[in-house]
Amino acid sequence: MMQRNPQPLQPSSWLDPLYDPKIRGIIFQVLLVLALAFLAYEIVTNTAANLRRQNIASGFDFLSRTAGFDISQSMIPYKSTSSYAAAFFVGLGNTLLVAALGIVLATLLGFVIGLGRLSSNWLIAKLSLLYVEVVRNVPLLLQLFIWYVAVLRALPMPHDAKPIAGVAYFDTRGLHTPLPLLDQGGWLIAIAALTGIALTVWLNIWARQRQEQTGQRFPLFWSSLGLVVGPPLLVFLLLGAPLHFEQPTLGRFNFDGGLTILPEFLALLAGLAFYTASFIAEIVRSGIEGVPRGQKEAASAIGLSNAQALRLVVIPQALRLIIPPLTNQYLNLTKNSALAVAIGYPDLVSVFAGTVLNQTGQAVEVVLITMAVYLAISLLTSMFMNWFNARMAIVER
Amino acid sequence: MRGRFWVRGNIGTIGGLRVTAERGSALYPDLLPARWEKGPRIASVMCCIRTVLLAALACLIPAAASAQTPPASRTLDAVIKRGVLNCGVNTGLAGFSAPDDKGGWTGIDADFCRAVAAAVLNDTAKVKYLPLNAKERFTALQSGEVDLLSRNTTWTMSRDTSLGLAFVGVIYYDGSAFMTRKSLGLKSVKDLAGASICTQTGTTNELVLADYFATNGITYKPVVFERLVEVLAAYNSGRCDAMTTDSSQLISERLRLQNVDEHEILPELISKEPLGPVVRQGDQQWESIARWVLFAMLNAEELGVTQKNADEMIATSPNPEIRRLLGLEGEFGKGIGLANDWAVRVIKAVGNYGEAFERNLGTGSRLAIPRGKNALWKDGGLQYAPPIR
Repeated sequence: MMQRNPQPLQPSSWLDPLYDPKIRGIIFQVLLVLALAFLAYEIVTNTAANLRRQNIASGFDFLSRTAGFDISQSMIPYKSTSSYAAAFFVGLGNTLLVAALGIVLATLLGFVIGLGRLSSNWLIAKLSLLYVEVVRNVPLLLQLFIWYVAVLRALPMPHDAKPIAGVAYFDTRGLHTPLPLLDQGGWLIAIAALTGIALTVWLNIWARQRQEQTGQRFPLFWSSLGLVVGPPLLVFLLLGAPLHFEQPTLGRFNFDGGLTILPEFLALLAGLAFYTASFIAEIVRSGIEGVPRGQKEAASAIGLSNAQALRLVVIPQALRLIIPPLTNQYLNLTKNSALAVAIGYPDLVSVFAGTVLNQTGQAVEVVLITMAVYLAISLLTSMFMNWFNARMAIVER
Repeated sequence: MRGRFWVRGNIGTIGGLRVTAERGSALYPDLLPARWEKGPRIASVMCCIRTVLLAALACLIPAAASAQTPPASRTLDAVIKRGVLNCGVNTGLAGFSAPDDKGGWTGIDADFCRAVAAAVLNDTAKVKYLPLNAKERFTALQSGEVDLLSRNTTWTMSRDTSLGLAFVGVIYYDGSAFMTRKSLGLKSVKDLAGASICTQTGTTNELVLADYFATNGITYKPVVFERLVEVLAAYNSGRCDAMTTDSSQLISERLRLQNVDEHEILPELISKEPLGPVVRQGDQQWESIARWVLFAMLNAEELGVTQKNADEMIATSPNPEIRRLLGLEGEFGKGIGLANDWAVRVIKAVGNYGEAFERNLGTGSRLAIPRGKNALWKDGGLQYAPPIR
C-alpha cells in the first residue's frame, strides 16, 4: 500500500473548473473552433484584399455577363450571347451526362467481366483476366488519347461516310443518327408515362405485402414492364403516332440536322467506361468469391439451377460486399471525367474552369465553384449509394 | 535544390510575399522546358493542377503589403537579387518562342526576354524561360511566377484593366485568320458556313470566332482544345474543316504539317490582335523598363543603329537622337533605374526591332512573313515608338 500524505483540501478557487476534464475538453474545442474560424476569416479577407490590391476583379458578378464563346455540345439552349452562368450549366450538364452514362456502362460491363473471371470456361476466364490486367494498368489519360486518336483516324471524312443501316453515319465529326421528334402531345405522353411509373411503384409495394401475408408471388417483372411501357404507348397510338424523324443531311462540310454524337464524347465515354469496368470487374469477382461456398452448395442442394443460385442466393449476398467499393469507383469515374479537357470534350472543367476562368481571370471564384460542384456531385452519389447499401444489408431479425 | 521552394519576403506580388519556383522545384516540376518536351500531354493536365495551386496560393499568403512602404520597383529588385529574369513564353511557336535543339529558346518573344535581361542584368543568358499555354499564362504572371509575360498575347481592355495586368506595347500587329485545305476551294471566311472549326481555349480567337459568325448570321461547329498542338492535330486528322488563330501562328503551324502545299491560309483577317509583352499592374518602374526596352528596339531601327554598328555609332555618331538612345547624352537610364547604356545592351543583345523581326519571322526564318503592318511608321507600317528625349 502506498502511503499518501494527507493533503489538506485546497480552498476552492475560480481556476477549479479547469481541472474538470469535461470542462477542459469544451474549452479546447471552443478554442479550436475559434482558431479555425479565424483562419477562415483571414483567408477570405486576405484573398479579397490581395485581389483588390493587385487590381484583379473579384466577386461573382461575372456570372451574369455575356460569355461570348461557343460550346460544341449543350443540353440546354446556349449560344455565344448567353451568360457565363449558362456556360457553367452547359459544362455541368455535359459532365453529368458523361458521368451518368459512364457509370451505367461501366457497371454493366464490369459485372459481365467480373462474372467472366469466375466462369468455368477457360477461355472466357482468361480473356476476362487479360482485359482486367491490361485495362486497369494503363493510365486513363493514355487510354483516352488512344480512343480519341484511334476513333478519329479510323473514321472517314463526312463525304466518304457510308450509311449504317441506311440511316446513320459515322465520320470524323461524330455519329449522326435520325432524331425522333414528337409533333404534338408530348406532355400527354409524359403524363401517361409518369402515371405508369407511379402505378408500378404502388403495384410493387402491394405485391410485396401480399407475398409477405399469403406467400403468393405476383409476376412483377412483366406487369411492371407493361405498366411502364403500356400507358405512354397507348396515348402515343391514340394520338395517331405523331412522330417523325429528322434525318441527318450532308451539307457542304458536315451532316446537318438529326442527332450528332461528338467523337470527343464517344472517346471520353468509352475511355471512362472501359477503364472503370476493369476495376468493377475485380470488385464483383471478389464480392462473389467472398460469399461462403456453402451458400452455393446449399442452393444446389435445394434444387436451384446454377443461374438461379447465382441470381437468388449468391448475388444478393455478394452485393453487400460489392456496393461500398463500387461507390468509390462511381466517384472516381465522375472525377476522372475532368480529363475531358485533354480531348476537347466541353465538360465542367474544360468550359468553366478552363475557358470561363481564362476569359474572366477570376481564378479564385471559378476554382471554388468548380470544387464545390464536384464535392456536391460526389456527396450526392455517396448518399444514394449509402441508402442503396442500407437497403441491401442483411436485415437482422 | 530539387524538392524545395522558397517563400521570399519583400519581393511581393501577393500580399508582399511571393513564392518562386526555382530550378527543379517540386512546386512546379512541369515548368522545366526539358520536361515539357518529353511529356507535353501530361503537362496539359498539370496546368489544371497548377491553376488550382496558384488560386490556393492567392488565398494563403498574408496581405502584409499595405503596411510596408514599397521600394521603387519590387520586381526590378527581385530580378537583380535573383540574378535571373523569369520570363513566360509560349510552349512552342516557331518565330515567337520555341525551344531549339541546343536547349535554348528562339523567336521574337524570346528575344524580348533576352533584351530585358540585357538591360537589367547585362547578360542575355540570365533568363529562365517558363513555357505557358494560353490558359495558364495570366495566372502565372498574377501570382508572380514570371516577371514578364512575352508570349504572343493580345492586348485587350479586359486583360489590361480587370486582370491586374499591364500591356507595355505591341511587338507584333496581328489578326485572326483561318487555315483550310486547298481542296475545299474556299474564297472567303464566309464560305465556312456550317463548317467545323478548331481553335484554342483561353484565346481571343475563340471569342472573335463566335462574334464573327454571329455577326454575319452564319453557323459553325466549334471544337476547342487546350493546346495549340492538339488543335493542329485535330485539324490535321480531319476533325475540323478549318483552324483559326492569329495569322502569324497559322503561318508557323502550317509549316509543321506534312503536306504544306495542301493547306492555305485565307487572306482575310477577321480581328485586330495586337500582341505585346505584359507585366503586373502597380509596378510603374518595371512597366517602364519593359515598355522602353521595346521602344529602344524600335527607335534603334528608325535611327539605323544595328547590332553590328552600335559600337561604331557610339564612337562616331554626332546625331543627338542617337547619342541619347545610346546613353551618351542625358540620363535616361536613371529614370528607369538602370545604367545609362541600357539601350546599348539591348541593341547589342538582340539587335534593333527590324533585325529581330527579320531573324525570327521575316526573311531570315522559314516563316518569311513580310513586314506589312509591322513595318516602321515611316515605311507605311504601324510600328511607332515615342522618342527618347
